[in-house]
Amino acid sequence: MRGFGVLLRRELALAWSGGGGPLLACGFLLCLTAVLPLAAGSEPRVLAPVASGAAWLALALASLLSLERLFERDWEDGALDLLALGEPPLEAVVLAKAMAQWLAVGLPLSVTAPVAAVALGQAPELAPLTVLAAALGSLGFAFTGAMGAALALGSRRGGLLIAVVVLPLFIPPVVFGSGALERAAGGQSPWQALALLAAYVLFAAVLAPFAGAAAVRNAQG
Amino acid sequence: MIRVSDLALSRGERVLFRGLSLAVGAGEAVALTGANGAGKTSLLRAVAGFIRADGGEVEVTAPLHLLGHLDGFKGGRPARAELEFQAKYLGADDAGIASAVERLRLKPLLDLEVRKLSAGQRRRLAFAWLLAAPRPLWLLDEPLSPLDARWRAELGRVMSEHLAGGGAILAAVHDPLPIPARLLELGA
Repeated sequence: MRGFGVLLRRELALAWSGGGGPLLACGFLLCLTAVLPLAAGSEPRVLAPVASGAAWLALALASLLSLERLFERDWEDGALDLLALGEPPLEAVVLAKAMAQWLAVGLPLSVTAPVAAVALGQAPELAPLTVLAAALGSLGFAFTGAMGAALALGSRRGGLLIAVVVLPLFIPPVVFGSGALERAAGGQSPWQALALLAAYVLFAAVLAPFAGAAAVRNAQG
Repeated sequence: MIRVSDLALSRGERVLFRGLSLAVGAGEAVALTGANGAGKTSLLRAVAGFIRADGGEVEVTAPLHLLGHLDGFKGGRPARAELEFQAKYLGADDAGIASAVERLRLKPLLDLEVRKLSAGQRRRLAFAWLLAAPRPLWLLDEPLSPLDARWRAELGRVMSEHLAGGGAILAAVHDPLPIPARLLELGA
């Protein structure tokens, strides 16, 4: 377990080193939000109904940004061999990287998401629920994203490949997450949709470490 | 510690070697030689368990370190942070790291970014995790090539001490190791 903690701290340090990647992701999310009124028209009548959905779409896209470097930089400079020879199994390495991705990028994005949603016309009292749903959803994004990043190891244009592999897997959390907010806006209980979102996260958390570790082993061979 | 019998390895379509057998026991050093592309690195990676063999068996009975030509250090981070991460991840404690830093005289380098180190200094930094996290088997890929004469001799002493303590070394080399070692030529 000590190796896991050491790795988690190092991943967080790497995510924040060299230009504050997480802040860039948050900036990207806000830029997407700013572009939408320019594309769809700035009338609240048009924007308010899609505010939650647009914020979720921006969240999903911003979550993709830093995935490319998650395994690739360790693969290029030989650190992945070292990670494979430590005490924790490769499954734990993938888990640690996914957790670090969530802590470093997912949580800051979850705090930014309600800013985007409210700016587009979502009711401000939904902001706490938006943070909760986004935190849960970005955890799912981190797990499926880490799996996609491991699968793309060794391919040129890894970033594009990750986006194509991972975005379809991002559909369920986007549906459940924005669905929860829509139901809450309509006066219904959001908890069913949130429970489905949590179920997706659990599924991803169980599957991603094994699939990711298998992909890493394949890339090392 | 290593028993390789009748090993066949290939990379892509190309067969590197077939029928290779090799045994390395405690206190022994084996130097792998051979032309570029003869399969020295692939053999080391197969022993480490990264490459699946086409045939034959690889049996490794002791924990191992693999020091390849890529050391896994991140250029933009301070040497101290990188050394501490790698050594601790491999199981070292603070005392082990401190004594390795002392032995390899790394102290003046630790506050520099890794990218500011010369190739030889980087290699010494990588050797520190071999010393800080003791494991009996060392797999080394051209371990001494970037080092000057003085440090080649010094790391020769480090390797001798490792062997004297019951360790074993399998090293891919072009120049002879500064310690008594059995030679195995690949592709001969």
